[in-house]
Amino acid sequence: MSNNFSRRGFIKAAGSVAAVSTLPVTLVELAFAKAADNFTFAYISDAHIQHIRGTKFVNNWDRGLIRAVAETNLMTPKPDFVMFGGDLAQLATKPELDHGAGMLAKLNAPVRMVMGEHDYYLDLGEYWSKLFGPQHYSFDHKGVHFVVLNSILTHDDWTFNRWPTPEQRMLEMAGLDNPNGSPFMVGEKQREWLKQDLAKVKMDTPVVVFSHSPIQKIYKGWNFWTDDAEEVQALLKPFDKVNVIYGHVHQIQYNQIGNIAFNSVMATAWPWPYPQSYAQAEQYLPKLTIPMNRADPFFERDATGWQMINVNNGRVDLAYNLYNNRSRTVAFDHKRGHPADTQLQDVALEPNRTHF
Amino acid sequence: MNTTIIRRCLAAAVGAAIAVGSAGAQADEFTKQDLERWEAQFMQVVQKGRELWTDPKLGKNGVACAQCHPNAANSHPETYPKFQKQIGKVITLPEMINWCIRNPLEGQPLPVDSPEMTALVAYATYERRGVKLEPGKH
Repeated sequence: MSNNFSRRGFIKAAGSVAAVSTLPVTLVELAFAKAADNFTFAYISDAHIQHIRGTKFVNNWDRGLIRAVAETNLMTPKPDFVMFGGDLAQLATKPELDHGAGMLAKLNAPVRMVMGEHDYYLDLGEYWSKLFGPQHYSFDHKGVHFVVLNSILTHDDWTFNRWPTPEQRMLEMAGLDNPNGSPFMVGEKQREWLKQDLAKVKMDTPVVVFSHSPIQKIYKGWNFWTDDAEEVQALLKPFDKVNVIYGHVHQIQYNQIGNIAFNSVMATAWPWPYPQSYAQAEQYLPKLTIPMNRADPFFERDATGWQMINVNNGRVDLAYNLYNNRSRTVAFDHKRGHPADTQLQDVALEPNRTHF
Repeated sequence: MNTTIIRRCLAAAVGAAIAVGSAGAQADEFTKQDLERWEAQFMQVVQKGRELWTDPKLGKNGVACAQCHPNAANSHPETYPKFQKQIGKVITLPEMINWCIRNPLEGQPLPVDSPEMTALVAYATYERRGVKLEPGKH
């Protein structure tokens, strides 16, 4: 498609970012009665800024976030705001959060934050909140109701009683495949807040929910999972158009459950394998999802990137800007009634797409 | 042959004769205990491999193998030996593990016959058990 082609062209040109003032981003915009209903925001997620010692940080992860910020600043038209989808830090330390916040401060659009487990389990989000504010909140923008959840909470017993030190608690939760971890959840208190928050919203108002973990159950072993997903979905069910956008999984996923469309975003740090590549586990990758091609570490930025999200008619289209891979767009297909890849949805898997 | 060697040969022959006489010690026979011991030995090495796979000190920058490869997924031990673009030739899994140690982990490569490398290979392969061998596949 020519759209994709030109996008790839400009991303190549963006290699010499300093020389370029704006990125010729052309998003497919559908025509609606009220053009003001359409708007674009950017989504950057999972930077995993990792402190080594002193002033040293893992360079690879730094580069991923620096590039996302630089490219986002070149978007035309300017995004209305930028979301950061959680896991700014690797082990939630002050040096990591400060270093990450410094990089995000270079964004020239308003930034809103989502809490990730790598930001949280050292001091239970205290320093993060000092830097970025509340851990769950909502806001309205151009007729859309946005909700930000802290979906990475877990059982109190695990959080408060199980580990001798906060550092160990953080390390245990940081290991994706660690059997000592604990399933993510939104929790009763926050679900009650969500219920109250949504009580003021009309049923035909489009709702967009941002969470770090998927508000659906895909694979528990790696916490591609939210334990009270069904309870949260039940609160969202009465609304005509609901979109959930989540990070954590470091790969493209999408799904549709009733009226709720689900989209994941990429990490800027590193890609994760699809759970079906772990031969010992049962998993439930949504059938709709056309997986990404297999990661190839030959490219330092393989299968990492950021997203431009176009909101039109209350649904979201995600344009994935992948640094070393073919760009993809997953847009809500109004005829099918679910998100679909604009190019690959009906294409038979190429041989290299069967090896995750 | 000097006398020492002759004496050793004799001793070995006598030893073999005794072994032939005792039950369960034939080359083609082993007991349940043998199997359990061999498996325990293997699982000990797998366990050591899991520890190294998740160890931030394997490299030099605090990054662990498991950060990108949870449960060693997407390391594909069943496809080695294979052509690996970044090395430019057909290599085995230990060589690829060393590429990862040098690059994302910014560390020093391990001798390919070191107990640490054997443990890493054992862990990655164990997590992929049951998957058919496809050497060379990309």
